[in-house]
Amino acid sequence: MFELRIHGRGGQGVVTAAEMFSVAAFAEGRNAQAFPSFGSERTGAPVVSFCRISDRELRLREPVMEPDAIIIQDITLLHQVDVFAGLKKDGYVLLNTARSFEELGLGDLIAGRPPERLCTLSATEIALKHIGRPIPNAPLIAGFAALSGLIRLESVIKAISEKFSGKVADGNIAAATEAYNLIKTRIEEVSTHA
Amino acid sequence: MPFQPIKFYQTGTFTVGNRLLNPEVRSVQSHRDRSNAINSGHRACQGCGEALGARYALDAAMEATNSQLIAANATGCLEVFSTPYPETSWQLPWMHSVFGNAAAVATGIAAALKVKGRSEVRVVAQGGDGGTTDIGFGCLSGMFERNDDVLYICYDNEAYMNTGVQRSSATPPAARTATTMPVGPHPGNVFGQGKFVPAIAMAHEIPYVATATVADLHDLEAKVKRAMEFHGARYIHIFVPCPLGWGTASNDTIRIARLAHETGLFPIFEAEHGVQVSALPIRKQLPVEEYLKPQKRFAHLFGANPEPGVIARIQQRADRNIRRYGLVQQEMVL
Amino acid sequence: MLKQIEGSRAVAEAVAMCRPEVICAYPISPQTHIVEALGSMVKSGELAPCEFINVESEFAAMSVAIGASATGARAYTATASQGLLFMSEAVYNASGLGLPIVMTVANRAVGAPINIWNDHSDAMSQRDSGWMQLFAENNQEALDLHIQAFRLAEELSLPVMVCMDGFILTHAYEQVDLPTPQQVDAYLPAFQPRQVLDPREPVSIGAMVGPEAFMEVRYLAHARHMQALERIPQLAAEFKRVFGRDTGGLVHTHRAEDAETMVVAMGSVLGTIKDTVDEMRDDGHRIGVLGITSFRPFPTDLVRAALHKARRVVVLEKSLAVGIGGILSTDVRMAMSHLPVPVHTVVAGLGGRAITRKSLHRLFREAEQDVLEPLGFLDLEWDLVNKQLARERNARRSGPAAENILRDIGTVASKIA
Repeated sequence: MFELRIHGRGGQGVVTAAEMFSVAAFAEGRNAQAFPSFGSERTGAPVVSFCRISDRELRLREPVMEPDAIIIQDITLLHQVDVFAGLKKDGYVLLNTARSFEELGLGDLIAGRPPERLCTLSATEIALKHIGRPIPNAPLIAGFAALSGLIRLESVIKAISEKFSGKVADGNIAAATEAYNLIKTRIEEVSTHA
Repeated sequence: MPFQPIKFYQTGTFTVGNRLLNPEVRSVQSHRDRSNAINSGHRACQGCGEALGARYALDAAMEATNSQLIAANATGCLEVFSTPYPETSWQLPWMHSVFGNAAAVATGIAAALKVKGRSEVRVVAQGGDGGTTDIGFGCLSGMFERNDDVLYICYDNEAYMNTGVQRSSATPPAARTATTMPVGPHPGNVFGQGKFVPAIAMAHEIPYVATATVADLHDLEAKVKRAMEFHGARYIHIFVPCPLGWGTASNDTIRIARLAHETGLFPIFEAEHGVQVSALPIRKQLPVEEYLKPQKRFAHLFGANPEPGVIARIQQRADRNIRRYGLVQQEMVL
Repeated sequence: MLKQIEGSRAVAEAVAMCRPEVICAYPISPQTHIVEALGSMVKSGELAPCEFINVESEFAAMSVAIGASATGARAYTATASQGLLFMSEAVYNASGLGLPIVMTVANRAVGAPINIWNDHSDAMSQRDSGWMQLFAENNQEALDLHIQAFRLAEELSLPVMVCMDGFILTHAYEQVDLPTPQQVDAYLPAFQPRQVLDPREPVSIGAMVGPEAFMEVRYLAHARHMQALERIPQLAAEFKRVFGRDTGGLVHTHRAEDAETMVVAMGSVLGTIKDTVDEMRDDGHRIGVLGITSFRPFPTDLVRAALHKARRVVVLEKSLAVGIGGILSTDVRMAMSHLPVPVHTVVAGLGGRAITRKSLHRLFREAEQDVLEPLGFLDLEWDLVNKQLARERNARRSGPAAENILRDIGTVASKIA
């Protein structure tokens, strides 16, 4: 079972991110579960969503306490919410930022962790470019698909198409594709240098 | 045939005067084949205004709808005295749910009829003042706002009678009830702004709103029939004296209702889509004392410690109604 | 057809296929997505003929359903928590009048303090109303139970509440197998009411019934529940024949064959419990699970049969009968009466507190060591409680209790669960 936890703020599509990821996994014939941990609708409040992927029936209902991967959609949460709580030793981290882990004061976090599992992505910029709105969820989950190798890009695109339509879908797909390719390239660079 | 207008005056409590009229304009109650929607044998008090009003209203509604009518009833006197288990007075399909939801139940009935393609069957909701102006107010307003195809009839005897005469928001100022006793510096019910649901119904701009009393039964029947010409939310508020609760003689019910009209304390009018379109004129305005004196619930205003100031304030309300609804000489100040 | 959709969506699709004729709804978290989806389907014409009514309160919602059902229309509504309480008078009225309304309750805690997260207190507050209450373990069961519920309700002329955990199930995306309209039509015939308001045959519904007959009329509701104990498994069996799935029924067990410790629960927490129990079984523990689907009628005989061979029973419930202890566990104790098997109440997950495998592992091991109290509270922060109690002992004007405790906890947003 693979457990993903996504952090962000209300209005950034955190819940949709987990949902789309689960739909992408489903498209590849896997069992997937996505659920939020927030409540009343409120833009800007910290929001967490979860996604589990498994080849067996998923019965577990607890929040993801020991994630295999964490996506942070909004870095202003970094010093407000314990976003990395329970992250597995070799867990993936994908941050939505133009800065580096060190610049964000996360040097301690990344020390001792496999570097090919830690990644930053300017998802908001990519979103603004293709969608015109700072909603980074599609590029982030596509980027994560590339980072983890868990899901193919086509599945992510399929999930986006099911959720959105027309220009919005097109924009999200373009953003997702750019993010996926960006991170795919970066990983290949890291591994060739390793 | 030459047209002979007949001015019809009620000559007293005991005559209905139908014999002077052509059959078509006689009251529904005078027809041998009236539906008797609320049949005899019910357990209402002697002289009950509500029983009288309900009988007239429902038979008129049955005639107007060719007996294609379903009624939803709130808890209250009417419901209790008409269905003493295991008997029922009702000759039409009738449902009682709870105290505050008659309007919503009626909405549900109307929706079901619509979805089943039987919109020729009409729906009436009924409740007393307690069930309408207080506990049923939310559901009533909701029904109005949605313009559900329901005629809501409120039988207003100005207190929670079935439970022992407690004050409702329809209880008039100074009236004695079990929870507004005639003791202390301000005996009887307080002077508030009142809560006149017909005006609130008008504010919802529903197709048809009317008030009526059991003293003018042709008028009451005509209004019910008129209401059935509309579709959408309609409201009729019927003033029904309660001998027991008001402390009036049981043979005085119609007379008291007429006094309420003739003093101006109860305005009788019709409105369509929020605009008044008619008023039942007062031929000769009577002072409110004439209305208050025969009722024991106002006895404390007279007698050993009279309250002329209170009576004067009540008179002011009557005068205000007359101005506001144009009850004298067709004057209307909107 | 397999789909990856939100639980609310799955329920809306299933309800739509049941051909409801009147849907009335008042919004309350976390049921909103269900009625929004249905409202959309009605407005677009996808679900027709159907009247969708936006009512002004939950009390109105149940009342509209009552009027509609009494007029022979298949009526549906959904609510949770405060909304269910607000319509309580009408809820009792519906079952007392024998109207086969189906209602989704997206289980949510009841305030004060106001809380939008999941527990079973709302449904529990209506457990004596006469409504049948079915609890879904996952979204597949949630959608399936609605189809079975209409059939059950209309056969017995008694309303049915389908309970599904708010947020945990309603807002979870997971795989469900959506039936086809043909399958649903094969299983669920048109509504044939026992009583109907119709000018062609006038009846009076809702008379006052005094001491001379009230007991008998009330007993009839109980008699129908006893009939339901027979019908529910039969309807589940027929469901399996038509849809090919095992869902519904009164109870089901998991790894119970030679269990020394039996864990009893309802709703979505069963999934977490099963995962925990499987892990413990791998370690050689003899532990099993009893999942109760039908809470009302309560399947007393089956519960006894499933538990009587255990050495101990742990009832894990998301409800608290303030002043005495458990609610589900009290019913389980009744089923176990005169048996020398200790039944432990563990109140857990109130107001949405997460129930974790970690805590369950610890809890079940404590059960095996027979150190559990008759009444326990999983993961309750005793420090916080004691602090507040001390505060109250020390000062009369101790302030609002909930706010005090929240201040002691600090920022909630910094936590994950």
